[in-house]
Amino acid sequence: MTYFIDRRPNAKHKSAVNRQRFLERYRKHIKRSVEEAVNRRSITDMERGEKISIPAKDISEPVFQHGPGGARNIVSPGNKEFVAGDKIRRPSGQGGGSGAGEGGASNQGEGVDEFAFTLSREEFLEFVFDGLELPHLQRKPLKSLEEVKMVRAGLSRDGVPSRISITRSMREAYARRIAMRAPIKRALKEAQEALEAEERKDPVLRNPARITELKAEIERLEKRIAGVPFIDTYDLRYHQLSAQPQPSNQAVMFCVMDVSGSMTQNHKDIAKRFFLLLYLFLEKHYKKVELVFVRHHTAAREVSEEEFFYSRETGGTIVSSALNLVNKIIEKRYPVGQWNLYVAQASDGDNWDDDSNICRDLLVKQLMPQLQYYAYVEITPHDHQSLWQEYESVVKEFPERFAMRQIVEAGDIYPVFRELFKRRLSQSQ
Amino acid sequence: MSATRKRKPIATGSDWNFSVLERFDAELARLADEYRLDTYPNQIEVITTEQMMDAYASVGMPVGYHHWSFGKQFLAVEQAYKRGQMGLAYELVINSDPCIAYLMEENTLMMQVLVMAHACYGHNSFFKGNYLFRTWTDASSIVDYLVFARQYIAKCEERHGVQAVEQLLDACHALQNYGVDRYKRPSPISAEEEAKRQDERESYLQTQVNLLWRTIPDNAEHGERLPGSLLPEEDDPLGLHSGGRYPSEPQENLLYFIEKNAPLLAPWQREIVRIVRKLAQYFYPQRQTQVMNEGWACFWHYTLMNRLYDDGNVDEGLMLEFLQSHAAVINQPAFDHPHFSGINPYALGFAIFMDIKRICEAPTDEDREWFPDIAGTPWRETLEFAMRNFKDESFIQQFLSPKVMRDHKLFLVVDDDQVETLEVAAIHNEQGYRQVREALATQYALSVREPNIQVVEAAIRGDRSLTLHHVQDSRRPLGRSVYPVIRHLQQLWGFPVHLVSLEEGRVTRRFHWPVEDESPAS
Repeated sequence: MTYFIDRRPNAKHKSAVNRQRFLERYRKHIKRSVEEAVNRRSITDMERGEKISIPAKDISEPVFQHGPGGARNIVSPGNKEFVAGDKIRRPSGQGGGSGAGEGGASNQGEGVDEFAFTLSREEFLEFVFDGLELPHLQRKPLKSLEEVKMVRAGLSRDGVPSRISITRSMREAYARRIAMRAPIKRALKEAQEALEAEERKDPVLRNPARITELKAEIERLEKRIAGVPFIDTYDLRYHQLSAQPQPSNQAVMFCVMDVSGSMTQNHKDIAKRFFLLLYLFLEKHYKKVELVFVRHHTAAREVSEEEFFYSRETGGTIVSSALNLVNKIIEKRYPVGQWNLYVAQASDGDNWDDDSNICRDLLVKQLMPQLQYYAYVEITPHDHQSLWQEYESVVKEFPERFAMRQIVEAGDIYPVFRELFKRRLSQSQ
Repeated sequence: MSATRKRKPIATGSDWNFSVLERFDAELARLADEYRLDTYPNQIEVITTEQMMDAYASVGMPVGYHHWSFGKQFLAVEQAYKRGQMGLAYELVINSDPCIAYLMEENTLMMQVLVMAHACYGHNSFFKGNYLFRTWTDASSIVDYLVFARQYIAKCEERHGVQAVEQLLDACHALQNYGVDRYKRPSPISAEEEAKRQDERESYLQTQVNLLWRTIPDNAEHGERLPGSLLPEEDDPLGLHSGGRYPSEPQENLLYFIEKNAPLLAPWQREIVRIVRKLAQYFYPQRQTQVMNEGWACFWHYTLMNRLYDDGNVDEGLMLEFLQSHAAVINQPAFDHPHFSGINPYALGFAIFMDIKRICEAPTDEDREWFPDIAGTPWRETLEFAMRNFKDESFIQQFLSPKVMRDHKLFLVVDDDQVETLEVAAIHNEQGYRQVREALATQYALSVREPNIQVVEAAIRGDRSLTLHHVQDSRRPLGRSVYPVIRHLQQLWGFPVHLVSLEEGRVTRRFHWPVEDESPAS
């Protein structure tokens, strides 16, 4: 007695829970590897998984087993030249003999030093952003959202050709064909039977006129059957879509970067990585996040992402030009009632001396009341200049929503990033 | 034969579909019937690669409880498979009634037929016939029991937290090889009964434990006895409180001992210990019959495939493909070959079963001398007898013939760390046959493969510490994993654990957890 069952369609990822349990258990190890990877990897490289190694001794499941030493008998196959009584030199570096035939039980866990496996991209990012949260994301009222999602809502008889439901249309056509042909087929069958009956008669008794008549009738009916259209506009069915408003949060993030002469390529690289972490972070957490890139030297300009990261500029530094531009863009395109506004700024701390207090005033009076969060990173190994000092007074006024950190080298980015964006909850604790 | 040969093959090429598989299965069933193979009904499940890796990771249990170690297993298998370091096994079969066998969807037609012959008729009949499986496992209830175990453990996780359950399972897994009664027939496991009796048992177990650890002197009159509690004569059946050591006999089943006696475990923890113990018991026969089980399955896939060919049901192309993979399965690299990784149980088992058949059908003088009982007897009956009544150790001792030893060129090396060189003690010749056979059989004895460890004393009147003895053999010490394991044991027991290695009554080493200052062995 045999039953065949096709299990392929169901129960995918049966081990997913166990896999998660494993990742959870070795969180510390994995996090360390992930943090190293973030520091090591180039920015464009962030979108793939990562190979993780955990020392095998940390991960082994111990059981009682024989250790090396003592006397043991080993039976092996493939003897070529040995005879009883031969002495063989012990193979070096193998402690307690070859261990053959013992199922490798004694040297399991010692032979393999590293347990290696690969995190998927999702899992990798999960670890990168573990415990991080975009600060002060407010749910804006639903009515203010214009975002809708088209969802399938049954079928209709009208629609655009691209939305034709082929299966349903063909089914309709089939049904119609059956319905339309049935009476004709019935008449055809009757005519054919009558014709046969006529032809079976004795030639003398046949009625030639009747035969001709029947043949004509059959021909006419067959034509009618052939005339039933295979598919008719009447059969067509279209997938119907209806618009559903989507409850979601929309946010816009302004990336502000100093590209003046004092910013070296190294500075820019570090800034790039900071913004990219942000970018990945946002993309992961929020369905709709718009990015605005503003770069500045003495004058500020809104640029494309490509230009923001990869084109070169020189000149002096006036930070307030960028802040002014941000303010203008907000006024024009991102009404405060509908958007959550964030600004992230990277700079080497250089600014024209008398510009720094303008910046502070701009922030305190105009920008901060509108913003959810402002993050500033200063990439410099040197002492702080006037900009940092002015910003410190902004922190005093908006301790919850204004954050600033110093970065010295590439390796600092990730820790600083984590600190800036760590969950509010843990911060308040 | 030429008459039957004219029949058209059931299918050719490498593609398969369900109706073709069904026709092959019908044919295999007919042949198996002709050979009087007694099998459970088959449940053949077609699965994907990923599902096969799942099945692998949960050691072939169709329903498993959740534990990180299975996740680790899955990652390891997945990694190895993706890198192409290993192919997945073509088949996986579960000792259950009906017997569940998995076919991977990317197998070729030949492979599916081979797997059906190997698993659904070979392994299946072994599960049903072999005395160890008949004694230690209950095929009809294992799937139910696994379902029960999974639900129970999930419930515990909900109630007591994932971490608490996980730690407990870690500890139990470390001891699961010591969760089996080797000499007593266990009672069959059944999910229904388990669920029914479980609450009852929880409270009962606890009363027993309370009894054991009672520190207040026994009250002479049991006036306030609650209904359902123990009767007076059952109060102290083991004479625990009459002095003397407890347990009165050494206990080899550590998990059972823990389940019944550990002072601090909560009822749900005892139940989980029991679950791990029951599953260890279920896998116990498999660990002892690898050579026989695989040998038997190989013997039958070989026999059945050849019959399919003889009857004209498969064509030459499929047969050639089969012979190639059969040869790969039963390949035994020599000890000095780079691919050598111990004795291949498929090769050894297949060789022995084929040789038994040869001895029955065409015995030589040597065979008559070595196997007077079976030389010239009907092979099918003899094979059945061998399959039913042995485990690897005794099977090799009984049936490994000089011819197979010669064919495999088996030789025995003694590795003694007190002697500078390894010594070849015996080879495949007249003087060596018996010694090689003896040594190979011993190599498959679980009692030799795993250290012999038993509970000898629980200090119920003292510091409640637990003492175990490791009976050492041939001076082979315990591996370095001993500390993590006794740490787990201590976690279950709740009080200090002492492990003493003994060789011929002399103490060679002491292990303690929590670690205390090593006092010189007295």
